Amino acid sequence: MFLETIRLAVQAIFRNALRSFLTVLGIVIGVGAVIAMVTVGQGSTAQVTADVEKLGTNMLMVLPGQDAMERGPAGTSMHLFTIRMNDLMEEQLSVIDVSAPMSMGRARAVFGNENRRTDIVGTDNRYFTAAQWDIARGRIFDVTELQAGKPVCVIGETVRKDLFGTSDPIGEELRIQSLSCEIIGLLKSKGASTFGSDQDDFVIIPIRTFHRRIAGNTDVAMFIVSVRDGADTERAKTDVEAVMRDIRRIGRGEEDDFTVMDMKQLATMLSGITGVLTGLLSAVAAVSLLVGGIGIMNIMLVSVTERTREIGIRLAVGAQARQVLLQFLVEAIILSLFGGLIGIVVGLGVGLLGANMLSVPFSPDPQIVLLAFAFSAAVGVVFGYFPARRAARMNPIDALRRE
Amino acid sequence: MADRADRPRALIQLRDISRVYGVGEAEVRALDQVNLDIDKGEFVAIMGPSGSGKSTALNVIGCLDVPTAGHYMFNGVEVAHLTPDQRALLRRNYLGFIFQGYNLLARTSALQNVELPLIYKGMGRTERHAAATNALAKVGLAHRAHHDPSELSGGQQQRVAIARALAGNPEVILADEPTGNLDTKLSAEIMEVLQALNHDEGLTIVMVTHETQMAKFARRLIWMVDGRIERDGLTATVA
Ligand SMILES: Nc1ncnc2c1ncn2[C@@H]1O[C@H](COP(=O)(O)OP(=O)(O)OP(=O)(O)O)[C@@H](O)[C@H]1O
Ligand SMILES: [Mg+2]
Repeated sequence: MFLETIRLAVQAIFRNALRSFLTVLGIVIGVGAVIAMVTVGQGSTAQVTADVEKLGTNMLMVLPGQDAMERGPAGTSMHLFTIRMNDLMEEQLSVIDVSAPMSMGRARAVFGNENRRTDIVGTDNRYFTAAQWDIARGRIFDVTELQAGKPVCVIGETVRKDLFGTSDPIGEELRIQSLSCEIIGLLKSKGASTFGSDQDDFVIIPIRTFHRRIAGNTDVAMFIVSVRDGADTERAKTDVEAVMRDIRRIGRGEEDDFTVMDMKQLATMLSGITGVLTGLLSAVAAVSLLVGGIGIMNIMLVSVTERTREIGIRLAVGAQARQVLLQFLVEAIILSLFGGLIGIVVGLGVGLLGANMLSVPFSPDPQIVLLAFAFSAAVGVVFGYFPARRAARMNPIDALRRE
Repeated sequence: MADRADRPRALIQLRDISRVYGVGEAEVRALDQVNLDIDKGEFVAIMGPSGSGKSTALNVIGCLDVPTAGHYMFNGVEVAHLTPDQRALLRRNYLGFIFQGYNLLARTSALQNVELPLIYKGMGRTERHAAATNALAKVGLAHRAHHDPSELSGGQQQRVAIARALAGNPEVILADEPTGNLDTKLSAEIMEVLQALNHDEGLTIVMVTHETQMAKFARRLIWMVDGRIERDGLTATVA
């Protein structure tokens, strides 16, 4: 009889091809969306962590203020840094390889008829070491250019491509606001970061030039510190904190008015952001799961009348309620399994595609796959089964009469 | 009717059967203390005005509905004592239904519709196939076995329904206005099929109808009014 039940269920599925298709579609959408989104979200998180690790664990960032809120937009902090503080700190700590002061702003860079809004970074040669930038062509700054704040710049690959196309930028004059500076070097491309932001989209000028010609003040936004090879980054961080307290004359018991971040912290912060992203994606996915579920529910409820009559007919010709119910249950399970499996394949496929497009690792989560599958299957079975159960418990004549 | 007492027990015995719908003001006595005996092999027609309880009586006899009060003995068994599943077994093994609206499964071939009761009888595939084909042949529809109900005329659909009722090899066929949707010529054809079943195979048939023409195919006629049996006798004398 069980084989016969399966055969009846399969017959019913094909007899109601459209309803079956829509049910399966609802499940596919629900399961697929959840799996795709969570896969991409978790891939991004994994990528951020990997990227940060690649940046090197021997890098520290020193920023004014205690947290992001206090720091505010670059240069608005109340606890400003100066170049002198950077140099003092670097001098006092043998554990430090280099420490580069850095200021930033956004401005339009113009060459001939071409122009581009880009990041302007004011710093000195230590930055190239600390942030691991190599020169593709030309040279870095010389001592007089740095000391006198001469109008010279090193540009990123994106700026070159956009403004110069195929012609050679070295020796050309780039205009940034009122500053007209000679391009002396071109950086080797690093490509896009995890968030898709273009790391090559910036222009570096001597920090004194930046202060005088762009910012109009002498604020320093942060220090980029490179810890000596082989030294313990954790220890270096404590040392930097101690020296900074000294330099900034912070008394005993007073709180730091600066923050030293190592890359592990940065990684945590960034994966916090991608975590929020994953959360958002999951919320969207949950909604699609719900929509899929409501779709299934709708289809099932719309067909309740027809199915109730079908149940009435089966009861009238001698079927027992549990035989009819078993058939409906098997039917719902087959549809749910089928939809769930297609949903998993589609979800993983879209996840793979999305991961490739965002160039993040493809990292499906078996738990989420199971969860999405279980939820949709439950919706399919519940809404396929319970209306049937009600019908099967009626007097056969009431089921038959149902309009 | 006193002579019935010393005869063997009837196949169908209704004793003070009532079927009440609704409560209080809205109460409808669809059947009001009905007493009725039907013997094996009878061909009975039930007539009466609309709303007089004909369908209700047939549904109670067919165990599709349960009476509110009274005793219903089928083949000596008190139906009220049966569980829904046992009533399903009774329908499966003894009863076949023909409805005015055919009640065939949509998008399902005539053959598969006829096979339906046989599936629940636990008949194997080949046996079932043969029995269903045979039943369709009896109603003259062998050549339409693989058509869906939507591809069949009303008369053909009703013949599929008859074949389905026959396929289970029942004792009793219960037909509620089996010709209600058909024209006179088709109706006569259906009635001839039923009459032949009664004659040749000894099937007990209980049929509700509105048309005197159709009632004439039956030997016994029951006339109902307001949930009660008003007249009961040979068709020739009652009609
Ligand atoms: N499910 C129900 N709920 C409430 N009242 C019902 C129900 N079914 C039947 N009735 C009432 O019971 C009475 C008998 O109905 P029944 O269907 O048996 O009549 P009938 O003789 O078959 O009529 P017709 O010739 O129109 O088919 C009617 O008054 C009807 O309104
Ligand atoms: Mg009726």
